[in-house]
Amino acid sequence: MRLADLVTASFLALLGGLVVFDAVRLGTGWGTDGPQSGFLPFWLGALLIAACVTIFFQAARRADGTPFVTRQQLGPVLKVLAPAVAFVALIHWLGLYVSAALYTGFYMRWIGRHAWLTVLAVAVLFPLVTFLVFEKWFLVPMPKGPLEAWLGH
Amino acid sequence: MVPGPDAQGPARSLAGPLTVGIENLLLGFHVAITPYNLFIAVVGITLGTVIGVLPGLGGANGVAILLPLTFTMPPTSAIILLTSLYWGALFGGAITSVLFNIPGEPWSVATTFDGYPLARQGQGGQALTAAFTSSFVGALFSIVLITFFAPLLAEVALKFGPPEFFAIQLLTFSSFVGLGGGNPVKSLVAILLGFILAAVGLDVVTGQLRMTFGFLDLMKGFDFIVAVIGLFGIGEILLSVEEGLSFRSIPTGMNLRVVLDTWKVLPRYLRTFVRGAFIGFWMGFKPGGATPASFMSYAFAKRFSRHPERFGKGELEGVVAPETAAHAAGVAAILPMITLGIPGSPTAAVMLGGLIIWGLQPGPLLFQEKPEFVWGLIASMYTGNFIGVLMVLAFVPLFAAILRIPFAILTPVIVVVCAVGSYAVHSSMIDIWYMLIFGVVGYAFKKLDYPLAPLVLALVLGDLAENALRQSLIMSQGTPGIFVTRPIAGAITAVAIFFFVLPALTPWWRRFHGSAPAPRAT
Repeated sequence: MRLADLVTASFLALLGGLVVFDAVRLGTGWGTDGPQSGFLPFWLGALLIAACVTIFFQAARRADGTPFVTRQQLGPVLKVLAPAVAFVALIHWLGLYVSAALYTGFYMRWIGRHAWLTVLAVAVLFPLVTFLVFEKWFLVPMPKGPLEAWLGH
Repeated sequence: MVPGPDAQGPARSLAGPLTVGIENLLLGFHVAITPYNLFIAVVGITLGTVIGVLPGLGGANGVAILLPLTFTMPPTSAIILLTSLYWGALFGGAITSVLFNIPGEPWSVATTFDGYPLARQGQGGQALTAAFTSSFVGALFSIVLITFFAPLLAEVALKFGPPEFFAIQLLTFSSFVGLGGGNPVKSLVAILLGFILAAVGLDVVTGQLRMTFGFLDLMKGFDFIVAVIGLFGIGEILLSVEEGLSFRSIPTGMNLRVVLDTWKVLPRYLRTFVRGAFIGFWMGFKPGGATPASFMSYAFAKRFSRHPERFGKGELEGVVAPETAAHAAGVAAILPMITLGIPGSPTAAVMLGGLIIWGLQPGPLLFQEKPEFVWGLIASMYTGNFIGVLMVLAFVPLFAAILRIPFAILTPVIVVVCAVGSYAVHSSMIDIWYMLIFGVVGYAFKKLDYPLAPLVLALVLGDLAENALRQSLIMSQGTPGIFVTRPIAGAITAVAIFFFVLPALTPWWRRFHGSAPAPRAT
């Protein structure tokens, strides 16, 4: 945890620096009709840097051997995260519904080792219900791909 | 609070806040008890309970995911849907705490202490009945108080100018730092990050682009809905798989006989009910209050009990105390939202964002300009909680069965629903990517003990707070003294500053008095 704390605090302090940098560009003082655009961001960034430096030294002084994440913990987390990232990337090409079907099916088969019939049923029905609820009922359009185009949507 | 001579309107001319309250409430019930709005409430509670039961979906992101669907609804029905969802989520949290030993929300943690042992002793039905009934009683207490206090508070708040509002914002965030528990510096960082994210994009006052660094996608800024879905939804899933999620359910053992028998026993805990409701309301209208309220109520119940040794082993009173307080606090969080425009919890923050999207100006003016909205909302809190308690009592086994859906199906379904919710906000792909990034950030922050609630609150309130600050400084021509010299603003600022420096003072205080640190509020 100590290392993760140090890294996070340093990263956030850098972010604070970026904010201050941009605020200075915008002007941090008094404009013609009130505070300039950079006024609040400047102080937010400055305070963020100060707070992160404090956290950095708090963490540095503390002897804490527990790791941020153990190998046994990281595995399951990545097994959730990686397919999710792949799913979102797929949406760009295939649209949300087809990606959701592939993602759900893949995950059920890979992690849950469900029977193919269950996999197929859920992977088809779930996106279909989502489609009906969002596109038809609430009229909220989702990204669509070649399949929907072929079906005339 | 005596109505001023400038007070107008038929309601205000009648004497006494009591009659005014009842009259307005009747107006509200006219709105809330239409078949459509009752149907909306039932849908909201069902969805909310499902969301409360599911891991990784809590009240805040459930409301966030559904928010885009309400854009085309009438605002009153929309807020009824979202608040009903919130009540449902609060009830759902109790189900998982008692039957699965999994607190769905931080304020359900104390419910597991005695709820789960009771369920293991085959008294799950009693524990659940007690939990739901206490939730209902706690909620009802807060709703009654809101009915009579909200108009008074709104009337006081009408006299507030920008400096007062900015001072209240300061107070809101100072209470996270001073009373939130955990590391106060990290709470401060979370608040600053929220404000910084809120400032990204176009500055509507000057027309300048802030912190976009030439990236077109950053121009639109970060939407709080996406942040909530990522931080609370995706982040929560990552955390729960890390902990090696396994659901071992205990049969509910729920039927009418159990419910009635438990109701016969419950009046014995009258004092616990009253104490819990007061603690809940008092803690709840301040931000982040529900979690400490539930712990405090539990601790008090144990302390005043004749059998403190039974607590933690399956004492019904140990379920009553935290549930009453948590629900009273959850409802009380609505009070500052509708009267001051300051939400008392992350879920209330998302609802506040909804008000702005529906074209309503949150704050005291709502009571004058949109009475049918405000009173419809307040009346729906009565009907919603009433329908809610009946529904959960009747359908507990059904709701509990949701957790028997295999994890390998639940995870992709939740991720897809989160993605749909994020995309729906602006119909923009980049928001789904932001959702994933916020998810990882939420996971890391949770592990490193950076609180997420103040970050979300700051993100929602960022623009309002900056406007209040700007207008105040324009009023004073640039001197920050305006926050100290105006009497009301000065008093609130003083309390805020006190809370901000409180963490620095407590080590000295502790040196004289020995006391344990407060539990972390999220």
